[in-house]
Amino acid sequence: MSEIHNFTLNFGPQHPAAHGVLRLVLEMDGEVVQKADPHIGLLHRGTEKLAESKPFNQSIGYMDRLDYVSMMCNEHAYVMSIERLLGVNVPLRAQYIRVMFDEITRILNHLMWLGAHGIDIGAMTVFLYCFREREDLMDCYEAVSGARMHATYYRPGGVYRDLPAEMPKYQPSKFRSKKEIDRLNEARSGSLLDFIQDFTDRFPRCVDEYETLLTDNRIWKQRTVNIGVVTPERAKALSMTGPVLRGSGVLWDLRKHQPYEVYDQLDFDIPIGVNGDCYDRYLVRVEEMRQSNRIIRQCIDWLRKNPGSVMLNDHKIVPPRRADMKGDMESLIHHFKLMTEGYTVPAGECYAAVEAPKGEFGVWLVSDGANKPYRLKARAPGFAHLAAMDEMVRGHMLADVVAVIGTLDIVFGEIDR
Amino acid sequence: MNAMSDIDSAVSLAPVSRREALVRAVTEIGGARVSALPTVAGEVAFELTAGGLIEVCRALRDDPRCAFDTLIDVAGIDYLTFGTDEWNTHDATATGFGRGVVGRDVTRHTAEAKVDALTAERRFAVTYHVLSVRLNQRLRLRVYCSAGEPPMVDSVVDVWPGANWFEREAFDLFGIFFRGHPDLRRILTDYGFIGHPFRKDFPLSGHVEVRYDAAQGRVIYEPVSIEPRVLVPKVIRDDSRYAPSLQQTPLVGKPNV
Repeated sequence: MSEIHNFTLNFGPQHPAAHGVLRLVLEMDGEVVQKADPHIGLLHRGTEKLAESKPFNQSIGYMDRLDYVSMMCNEHAYVMSIERLLGVNVPLRAQYIRVMFDEITRILNHLMWLGAHGIDIGAMTVFLYCFREREDLMDCYEAVSGARMHATYYRPGGVYRDLPAEMPKYQPSKFRSKKEIDRLNEARSGSLLDFIQDFTDRFPRCVDEYETLLTDNRIWKQRTVNIGVVTPERAKALSMTGPVLRGSGVLWDLRKHQPYEVYDQLDFDIPIGVNGDCYDRYLVRVEEMRQSNRIIRQCIDWLRKNPGSVMLNDHKIVPPRRADMKGDMESLIHHFKLMTEGYTVPAGECYAAVEAPKGEFGVWLVSDGANKPYRLKARAPGFAHLAAMDEMVRGHMLADVVAVIGTLDIVFGEIDR
Repeated sequence: MNAMSDIDSAVSLAPVSRREALVRAVTEIGGARVSALPTVAGEVAFELTAGGLIEVCRALRDDPRCAFDTLIDVAGIDYLTFGTDEWNTHDATATGFGRGVVGRDVTRHTAEAKVDALTAERRFAVTYHVLSVRLNQRLRLRVYCSAGEPPMVDSVVDVWPGANWFEREAFDLFGIFFRGHPDLRRILTDYGFIGHPFRKDFPLSGHVEVRYDAAQGRVIYEPVSIEPRVLVPKVIRDDSRYAPSLQQTPLVGKPNV
């Protein structure tokens, strides 16, 4: 009689379902996973070490590149930690803008997740729908910061500039008919807020569309129900946060329980799951998109009624306006010092966390009183989630590994840092 | 929903008294093994003696006043160059300032770090951020590793299973050994990597670079050819705005005098 061995299967790093550069070494018994050993670090860029060699403001852009599908949320944690060490408060309008863009980012992230997760386990169409809506939100990023993804829009002391009064428009092109361009420019005729308002009017129906494709879909449910079940106790013990923790039925959301900026002024609900399987995590994220839409609408209303400053007026931290520099010597000196040396942050340490779309994204910042961070540690939610992967996939089939990777919403920018 | 009512009752109390209650509870649990650290923004932080780490952590997890059920983060830190600047601006020369390229800091060029007795004792530390989902409170713990090479500290994997990868990361990047860790392998750096890149005496540009060698037909490693340079020197200024906070905050990493 021939002997039966477990065999080792190498999954990734060049695999479309590996969401980037995940290498999984799977120990298989037939088609059943006995052990999963993720090998990470293929995207390790040493962001934290790089930040130690630069003035504080020059590392904001690196934060975008950590979790590169929820850019502004990473920036948010970083600038918040600097602000806490400096002991400064951000103007209220800037806080609303930050909250609005955090939620736009959440929708961006969840759309990316939904599309990629769908395509991973066989639902092609939803990917195309999700990317259609993502395009509009990317335009919001671009309108406000000039960059579609890596915005560097949040700064210690506020946000880089106020919301633009007009949206960039599509130009005539030989690839699009005039009718088509007019249709695209219709929503772009007003200000950025008008454009976002128009989006929030449309978006709930788009979510309905995704749901008609997936929520009661027999194949979707077969692939996700009872796959990768995590109990609430285990989820907490394994350092899970965000939708993964909430999918297991734990009511925990930093926006509600440790509110930062103006989240305590806004009205929204926190969805939680029941079974802690892939399907519940899917439902939680879909509902979070609807709730984010609600938050954005409240922010728009407030921002329309309350014009004002979006940046602190302390030129020891915030550069003066370009126009002032031309005539005012004091402003010129401030600008020169801030651009060449930066500002120094008092010695001390602090941890600032935000509810990023993937979970708790935190920055632990240690300063020794210099113009650069002494130590910066980015706490990435995906890192803890991927660590729990072994436990989640044991005893499942190989095909379920893909479903579990998808449901954890991992992005290697933040895991490898 | 049990979890919901717990959180609501915790939130309804005033934040100041909750913070004080937590400080008192941790002090009671830890006794002589803990000492409070100065913090900003209402955080709570304690320093732990390395010997009591596991016991105190387990007590913090199980005690109903603390209930720290989730480990948020474990991070290493190297205090080697804490408080040293790269450009001294106190005495100006007649010829003006240089670009700060020849600095006093060991981080940039030299591998031989001058580790004096003081920093050797307190060079490496591990910081734990813990969270209680049930009581909605956070705590930061710091423990110094034992002196000598490799620096060592006990592993908290048995207390919080989520510590596994976080400790592997601190081992990989700082070379801190976690006693009792089930699977202490490198995690972020390359297979076969030498050194611990986040140590302050590890140069930013690294030690080796890779390229494809056509003659040998494979990728080869060579000593790094990049000239290390500093774009913006690190300066420490005693900003008068922060004078009160400077006075009450003893420098971390150095013994409190």
